[in-house]
Amino acid sequence: MAKTVLSVDDSSSIRQMVSFTLKGAGYEVIEASDGQEGLEKAKMKTVDMVLTDQNMPRMDGLTMIKNLRALPSYRNVPILMLTTESGDAMKQQGKAAGATGWLVKPFDPAKLLEVTKKVIG
Amino acid sequence: MSIDLSQFYQVFFEEAAEHLATMETLLLALDVSNPGMDELNAIFRSAHSIKGGAGTFGFNDMTEVTHVLETLLDKLRKQEMTLTDEMVSAFLEAGDVISTQLAAHRGEGEVDQAEVKSVCEKLALLTNKKQAASLPVAVAIEQKPKEDAYGFFDDPQEALAISVDSSVPASGQDQVENPDYGFFDEIPAIASPVQADPGYGFFDDEPVPSAPVVTQIDPGYGFFDDEPVVSVPAEPDQKSSEQNNKKGYGFFTETPVEQAARQTRQGYGILNEPLAPLPNETSQQIALVTTPVNVDKPAVTAISPTAQTAQTANRRASDKPAAAQAESSIRVSVEKVDQLINLAGELVITQAMLTQSAQEAISEGNERLQRGLYQLERNTRDLQEAVMSIRMMPISFVFSRFPRLVRDLAGKLNKQVELKTIGENTELDKGLIEKISDPMTHLVRNSLDHGIESPEKRIAAGKDPCGTITLKASHQGGNVVIEVADNGGGLSRGRILAKAKERGLPMRDDMTDQEVWMLIMEPGFSTAEVVTDVSGRGVGMDVVRRNITELGGRLELDSVEGFGSRTIIRLPLTLAILDGLSVSVGAETYIIPLNAIVESLQVSSVDLKTVSSDGQLLRVRGEYLPLVKVHEVFNTKPKADTLEKGIAVIVEAEGKKTALFVDELLGQHQVVIKSLESNFRKIQGISGATIMGDGRVALILDVATLILYNAQRER
Repeated sequence: MAKTVLSVDDSSSIRQMVSFTLKGAGYEVIEASDGQEGLEKAKMKTVDMVLTDQNMPRMDGLTMIKNLRALPSYRNVPILMLTTESGDAMKQQGKAAGATGWLVKPFDPAKLLEVTKKVIG
Repeated sequence: MSIDLSQFYQVFFEEAAEHLATMETLLLALDVSNPGMDELNAIFRSAHSIKGGAGTFGFNDMTEVTHVLETLLDKLRKQEMTLTDEMVSAFLEAGDVISTQLAAHRGEGEVDQAEVKSVCEKLALLTNKKQAASLPVAVAIEQKPKEDAYGFFDDPQEALAISVDSSVPASGQDQVENPDYGFFDEIPAIASPVQADPGYGFFDDEPVPSAPVVTQIDPGYGFFDDEPVVSVPAEPDQKSSEQNNKKGYGFFTETPVEQAARQTRQGYGILNEPLAPLPNETSQQIALVTTPVNVDKPAVTAISPTAQTAQTANRRASDKPAAAQAESSIRVSVEKVDQLINLAGELVITQAMLTQSAQEAISEGNERLQRGLYQLERNTRDLQEAVMSIRMMPISFVFSRFPRLVRDLAGKLNKQVELKTIGENTELDKGLIEKISDPMTHLVRNSLDHGIESPEKRIAAGKDPCGTITLKASHQGGNVVIEVADNGGGLSRGRILAKAKERGLPMRDDMTDQEVWMLIMEPGFSTAEVVTDVSGRGVGMDVVRRNITELGGRLELDSVEGFGSRTIIRLPLTLAILDGLSVSVGAETYIIPLNAIVESLQVSSVDLKTVSSDGQLLRVRGEYLPLVKVHEVFNTKPKADTLEKGIAVIVEAEGKKTALFVDELLGQHQVVIKSLESNFRKIQGISGATIMGDGRVALILDVATLILYNAQRER
């Protein structure tokens, strides 16, 4: 069965690009436009990997990750932050929140795919 | 794998335009002396999103400007600087520049590079004014050329320039200092004792210590196996080849060296540093991760344009529900929606025809058929309403352009004006939204230029030096009512009359105020003492009125000298459906738009006056109205051979009334408008056509041109 990736980003163009890229490689993609929606969708179906933006309305990426990690079903699901902030502070915060890794924006589709493959095969 | 990014451009363009609009709206609403944190955050987020998208899709010129913009905004929202009016102006200018860049990428217009430069410099200056930023904006600007750092992914070599610890393995030829992605477990240098295991504080958090499976390789990796989601069993074969692959995380199996090299080369890091075995290397890798940011700043900028903000601590994303709303929608091309509306319209017509032709069967007592038809009718109507609602947009789309306009104009005219908007969520058809924008702009400009007085004059008149312009929208029956009001000087009856006289406009001695106000809508009328570049060339209100009339709407003016004036626009909700009265003339059926009808009455010869050879006037309550015989206009043979046998429908358009003479009134309908122009050709006096229940075509009368027709004939 195809692996499912939850893509959380408030920018629909980025979401589209992520979806297109991953779907093209055979993944299922669920989209959410902010942390709140991401959390809701994550609860509906336990996905294999979460890609999330940090800066979003309603609920930011870090908060969403913390919330996800509090769910038993998401304790071990890889969560990658797609972020324009690549500084250490950001990374520490991401790690503290429970993120598995990060991917700096802007990124190209090939890079995204490569990382995804590494993480969930 | 290469993906053509251009397929996402359109979405990005729309998105960026939305962000720009949001930004402008928020900026204009910002209280400079005490800006709200939520607002600043939201503005920052808009700029940030544009930058992120522009970077991803390779619009580096936009990235540059948004970056400078964002840097300053970031300082503001972190309260490192305080907002000034100057900044707001610079932000607005930057927004304009980004808009033109956006347009240029869309293939519309060109970008004035000098302007781009000046805005960036302005912003940089503002940013650096008070305190030197950790990374001065100036640096960022100088680094523009490095923007191809976005190409980084295509050409990793470029990034190599940045020195990385030479101790990193040879494969490190591709080392890149700044990892573009990484996994967090490596950062925790906590890793000490059991090479892998303890180092991954991560795993400790994991209550699920189902190590057994993992034991063979590395207990530290057990966590992935615990993970039910990762299909471990699915890839058992790979175990043999790559141990780590077993877990689905191929990167864990690599030798530390390889990985280190790879990490760097690929610009991502694996924080989960399973390779930590060698303490040295671990630390080295940590250094890799951190070095670029702290040490090699320019390089960082080159690689990741956003690196400057990278050190930003946690960004609390405050939210504006508006943004969330926008994202919960989907984008559909207008053509698709129009096609849907058209089909729903056809369905309404088919349903009406079906009902009509089934009358016989129904009257014979076929109840099931009757019930079915009723249901069909209801469903069809609901469907049509639902489909029409897709095209409905809140008038805020129009209102939103005015805060900026008012701000700029008021500045130019040295006036103080506050803009209030009421009922922004009032919805109307997209087609109307597009067409109402220009007339409204004209009205707002008029209010600003001619209505609102200078602060000195206002104070002298005992008024608040700051004038108010109010935009208001609401639904009234089947109409949308839009009001543009100001509390300025109001219209001057004396001056209008004097001007009208000078221009030789038709006037009487006993004109009501209403009638006097309407004079300003006559072509060539302008009372502005000085013609400004803002408004007042005398090509104004008549054009506005014509535009509104073309939309099937009406314009009213109300004013009290010294207290202000108000223009009221009444529009139909939609351009696709029309409430009409069907009338018969001879063998033909015509539709008269309901909103143009004042009343209808039977003609009595006593009230008829013949004025010239064939011109006739009808007296209605003491008022003489020109009588237009529809059968004469369209050259058909009427059933009513004398005027007493027919009906006069009094219609009004552009402030003028006329009596239309028809045979009889048939009924009131909601008709689906079909363009006659696109299917046949334009015909004077006809605005469109519709298909009636019996399948026949009925023409929709264009009341405004019929009135005009009569006036021309009189001459």
